[in-house]
Amino acid sequence: MGESLHTVTMLPTTRRPGCPFDPPEELLEARRHGPISRLIHPGGMPGWLITGYDLVRSVLADSRFSARKELLNVVDYQLPPAPPGEFLLMDEPQHGRYRKPLVGRFTVRRMRLLTERVERVTAECLDAMEEAGPPADLVTAFAKPIPAVIICELLGVPYADRGSFQEQIDTFMGGESNEEELIAAYTATQDYLAELVAAKRAHPTDDVLSELTDSDLTDEELKGVALVLLAGGIDTTANMLSLGTFALLQNPSQLAALRADPALADRTVEELLRYLSVAKSFMRTALEDVEVGGQIIEAGTTVVLSYHTANHDPGRFADPHVLDVRRQSVGHLAFGHGIHQCLGQQLARVELRVALPALFRRFPTLRLAVPAEEVDLRPETADIYGVRSLPVAWDRERS
Amino acid sequence: MTAFRPRIDRERCIGAGMCALTAPDVFDQDPDDGRVVLLDAEPSAAHRTATRLAAGACPSGAITLDGPEGNKDS
Repeated sequence: MGESLHTVTMLPTTRRPGCPFDPPEELLEARRHGPISRLIHPGGMPGWLITGYDLVRSVLADSRFSARKELLNVVDYQLPPAPPGEFLLMDEPQHGRYRKPLVGRFTVRRMRLLTERVERVTAECLDAMEEAGPPADLVTAFAKPIPAVIICELLGVPYADRGSFQEQIDTFMGGESNEEELIAAYTATQDYLAELVAAKRAHPTDDVLSELTDSDLTDEELKGVALVLLAGGIDTTANMLSLGTFALLQNPSQLAALRADPALADRTVEELLRYLSVAKSFMRTALEDVEVGGQIIEAGTTVVLSYHTANHDPGRFADPHVLDVRRQSVGHLAFGHGIHQCLGQQLARVELRVALPALFRRFPTLRLAVPAEEVDLRPETADIYGVRSLPVAWDRERS
Repeated sequence: MTAFRPRIDRERCIGAGMCALTAPDVFDQDPDDGRVVLLDAEPSAAHRTATRLAAGACPSGAITLDGPEGNKDS
């Protein structure tokens, strides 16, 4: 196996023209050679790329692999540790200290209690679209505001502050900003969150952030937690809503199946999560020598785990590049796996479950207003995949 | 013949909610800490597929299955 081992140089990757939902060709090619490939990181250091479902899952569940930012061995300078509160890039026990007080706030039951509120926010967006008439940009009219309003209400971020905040999050996540813009956006966000945390401590309201001021977390730590929750809650679901709409419009038989049988909504959401995997990949670093798929990953080496390619592994999902809303997609890795699996996943499910069917009910003739090839997709450098804008139209008289 | 019994490990549980989502008749989440609660210690045949899916989907390996059709290791 060693001799035929496939080597990948990480950047750049490209998606095949006409296949905006499939993993980039370079990653599919790697997986055709096997579930684990050698990889050269951007800084020139050797690493590994894992594209097979079983291996991605096993690494994510293995405590011999670390999520710590400062251990990432991918660039030719030392990365700093994650700032206080940004627990995605921490190991136990630090990670658990932040996550544990949050878990009870994001249960299946609690998130389902938000269903009516999500319905109302969705209806308001759809009303505004209908009133303005076609065409519309689905990203700004629908996909961005719904998750933003909901996570801001959950956390207790005043509605009036949402606009500037969302722009800053776009700067972080869009993959198109230079160092200077990133630093400016980060600083503005930090300043805003510092004020917000201070305000919650002084005058607690009925929200997650105010509740957390009762825990042992410092203001610095609370700022970091708030940033993780806002960034995680705003950008990911927004891109699932817009890209999910694009995918359904490109698969009319699947959209017709969903329309004919609303009971398929839950499966449709899981399948879109699998198929699109907008959080495309994450990294882990080996704390000791670990054997993975017959290869020894040496201590200190960083592996790239392609969730998207793993979710398109034909060994796990038959015809993986086919969107099939009847498929049993449970077990997909769109929210990760292991102790870091997405804290907000049940919120995302409620939002997607409510908003997507409501959109297609309101506008039965919804269609792209530009040719599919002209839809403006995020670059592969973005942490979260998606569309920058999605021009849509519909027939007024029938809507 | 042994019964089909899910076992939960609340110490391993990270409260992701996959079990409560996938097999809501068998698992729930504690409203305070979000961690797994076993609702049905011996799920009937009708709930076994969902229970197995839930065990497989658990991100932290907090659910194991004993008995026929279960994963025998614990």
